[in-house]
Amino acid sequence: MTTEQFGKVDIDHLHIELGERQRRFEALHDVSISIAPGEFVCVLGPSGCGKSTLLGALAGHLEASAGSVRVDGAVVAGPHPDRGLVFQHHTLFPWKRVLDNVAFGLKMKGIARGERHQRARGLLKLVGLEDFEHSYPAHLSGGMQQRVEIARVLINHPRVMLMDEPFGALDAQTRLKMQELLLEVWARIETTILFITHDIDEALFLADRILVMSPRPGRIIEEIRLDFPRPRGPELVTSPRFTELKRHCLALLHPETKVVPLQRLSPLGAADLRDIQFAI
Amino acid sequence: MALSSSFRSAETDLRQSTKETASPQSLLQSLRQQSALPSFEIILRQWGRYGLRLASVAACLLLWQWASSTHLNLGLITFQNVPSPKEVIQAAWTLVQSPKLLSHLSASLYRVFAGFVVAALAGILLGMLIGRMRWLADVLLPPLELLRPIPAVAWIPLSILMFPSSEISMIYITFIGALFPILLNTIHGVEGVDSRLIASARSLGSGRRAIFTEVILPAAAPSIVTGLSIGMGTAWFCLVTAEMIAGQFGIGYYTWASYTIQNYADIIVGMLFIGIMGMGSSALIKKLGNLLMPWYLLQR
Repeated sequence: MTTEQFGKVDIDHLHIELGERQRRFEALHDVSISIAPGEFVCVLGPSGCGKSTLLGALAGHLEASAGSVRVDGAVVAGPHPDRGLVFQHHTLFPWKRVLDNVAFGLKMKGIARGERHQRARGLLKLVGLEDFEHSYPAHLSGGMQQRVEIARVLINHPRVMLMDEPFGALDAQTRLKMQELLLEVWARIETTILFITHDIDEALFLADRILVMSPRPGRIIEEIRLDFPRPRGPELVTSPRFTELKRHCLALLHPETKVVPLQRLSPLGAADLRDIQFAI
Repeated sequence: MALSSSFRSAETDLRQSTKETASPQSLLQSLRQQSALPSFEIILRQWGRYGLRLASVAACLLLWQWASSTHLNLGLITFQNVPSPKEVIQAAWTLVQSPKLLSHLSASLYRVFAGFVVAALAGILLGMLIGRMRWLADVLLPPLELLRPIPAVAWIPLSILMFPSSEISMIYITFIGALFPILLNTIHGVEGVDSRLIASARSLGSGRRAIFTEVILPAAAPSIVTGLSIGMGTAWFCLVTAEMIAGQFGIGYYTWASYTIQNYADIIVGMLFIGIMGMGSSALIKKLGNLLMPWYLLQR
């Protein structure tokens, strides 16, 4: 297990345009990011600013209009199990039981049933759901579904885990638990995480580094390095340094100028998802 | 696992808490108190509903008996030549006891089965491809849309000319009848697949073929089963029409032959058998669908 040196992300002068003809708009404007292997980076920004577009480009679901996206030196040219994607709402297969959902990536690699189930059980244990392997996703609560989703991505040993507001739809209590769980899991598996959120507390609690994005067209307007010691506990969020940084982020995200809320973008692009459906 | 246990406390323990707080005895007691009266009421209400349904059928039969026995003539519609329920039951009993029934039913069943299976294979395969490939949709949908409104009956003369035996032409008509509901429901199901599921599958390493078999087919399955169930109904509907014109055996032929030899009670017996067979086979499809998709019922 020498995944430690894997997971270096280089985004170089990335521009992305979405939409057809006259409705075409620039979602990302000249974004350059460099992420070290094993780093936990949060992208913080108002809704519609293009942070999900950034994630979609890294996942390989969206094409760069200009510039490049590279992971460990290789140009991203399409989806790959090395870059696991977690959406805000789970995308578990409703017709597969939890165990087979988690084992799906191994099935795609042609690994025999017995071995993939065994490894899937290991990951379910990691996220605390070993008693639910025979349940269907519809039986689980929202938090449990996201835990299965994370286990399903992790079974592929991704170099980068891309998370698009994964806890955004959960209630506050569950969200805190999930954040702690994610940090504990991340401490064990040493993967690079790019985590999209609009929740300042979440970003401050989780990340090594926060990238703040401007409204559309999305640009990185500020980079904040967080040196809070790990492991981090709930007491962190009441510390003076945390509050100070939070105030700073609030000022960045809510400047005096009023911004008209924009249509939400997904990692799969703009509203017309049928184009993607036909693209495979 | 230390880290896992702390996380389960929030969600799983909530589920268990109801069990753990009450002692077994008090739980049993409260169960008895709760279940005794309401369950009786529920059973009564259930039986009440069954009773109502039964009464509705009985009322229809009575109305029919009355109309046929009094030779009711309303001008526009007359019951003068309509046999009474009693005569129909007698005729049905004679048919059930005779060996003819089996040969009629098996002839019809065979044709429906043959036409339906071919329609299911063609409909699901074409529907999946049309739903996923825009160019194929452009190539195949215009002629299919042109053929779709043509009723199966209108195909009878041409199919007699086109096929060497009347048997194959009848199977063809059944096929045409079943094809379109299956095809259209499959296309609808495939187009409705959540694109996020496809994106996730691709990110987890699925190729084109795996996307079809692992994501699109199961995601479209509920819609496909609906199409199969409707297609089964139309298959019977079309078969009976074909048999009336071209058949020598079969339940549709039996119904029409009863008319030509003026066995009026047998007409209704034939009609009832068509209804029962059609309903039964559609229900069978639904049942099989539910068995194959236990996850689907959970979601609703």
